[in-house]
Amino acid sequence: MTQSMATDYYMTAELCLLAGKIIMQNGGETYRVEDTMKRIAEACGFPDSQCFVTPTGIIFAISGANPITRLVGISARSTDLNKVTLVNELSRRISEGEWSAAEALVRLKEIERARGAYPGWLQVASAAIASGCFLIMFRGGWNDFGPALLAGGIGFALLISLQRLVPIRFFAEFLASMMIGSLSILFVRTGIGQELDLMIISSVMPLVPGLLITNAVRDLMAGHLVSGLSKGAEAMLTASAIGAGIAVTLSVLN
Amino acid sequence: MIIEQLAASFVASAAFGLIFNVPKRAIVQCGLIGMLGWALYVVLTEQGVNSTIATLLAAGSVAVLSQVMAKMFRMPIIVFSVSGIIPLVPGGTAYDAMRHAVENQYDIAMQLGTKAFMISGAIALGLVLSEVINQAIRKVRV
Repeated sequence: MTQSMATDYYMTAELCLLAGKIIMQNGGETYRVEDTMKRIAEACGFPDSQCFVTPTGIIFAISGANPITRLVGISARSTDLNKVTLVNELSRRISEGEWSAAEALVRLKEIERARGAYPGWLQVASAAIASGCFLIMFRGGWNDFGPALLAGGIGFALLISLQRLVPIRFFAEFLASMMIGSLSILFVRTGIGQELDLMIISSVMPLVPGLLITNAVRDLMAGHLVSGLSKGAEAMLTASAIGAGIAVTLSVLN
Repeated sequence: MIIEQLAASFVASAAFGLIFNVPKRAIVQCGLIGMLGWALYVVLTEQGVNSTIATLLAAGSVAVLSQVMAKMFRMPIIVFSVSGIIPLVPGGTAYDAMRHAVENQYDIAMQLGTKAFMISGAIALGLVLSEVINQAIRKVRV
């Protein structure tokens, strides 16, 4: 009896932490992490759970006859909103009683292992198309569409591959925006493109930390000051890295 | 002209959905929300409305629409709001500010930098306002 109770506590903590970790790692808001963990714990029969969630680690505790406190560190974060949606669905299924804890844990591990919803080449292609479209939105001419598409695509491809190679954050953004700046200057010098400024602005857009900005605001609003400020700092540093990359290119080459 | 803007913003926002790994059944909605937000921004600025106010209103409507979509399709709200917010980010103003700073024109750089900061604040405020409205509606119903 005590043995099974102990496994219950352990299993619930394991389930909650894994769910929270996946949401935080893939770009979910802090309040969603807390909400999901509490909901799962409640569905497993532990209405009295506590958690402390930051972008770099989650502490989760259940009180009761067999109190348990566990910590999980989060070292790498990326953006995969599909996984966030899947975990969200899973937590609803658990609280509606459709799935047991054991089933859910298996499913969560599958979600964690799964690759991104879209292959890398498709993401690079969408970044390229988005760059071209931004050029049109910012009132550029159609003759600059192609160059912006190329610069944006190559810049984003460089960002993705550098993020895998170099573990130092912000460096990939810096180099990618330098690449975009140099390519745009090259296009203008050779006469392929006309408007340097518009080309750079629109090709840099896929690097903009949009999710971080949105999440920082939502976290601060929900009262998660630690998470909100650190996500805001991450967004600021990313934006500065992009700006610095362009600034260096402009002052050296132009 | 306006059709060009609508099509470009739809495609750009949907493409951002792909970059953020949004679920497949949400991509069209992402494009729609981004298109509507950008259309509102363009129309307002063409009527002579200050770009900060235009951004505030556009961001607010993006957030409200995202909330409706999140309820309808039972998905987290960020799935929808992120790609709609991206076109409003003051990339151009920030770029101009930086360009002037590189050219040692710090006074103009400062002005433009402040403007970019104000527009970012407007995006944040737009997100907050829609959340406030949402909470208020929920409280009133209960």
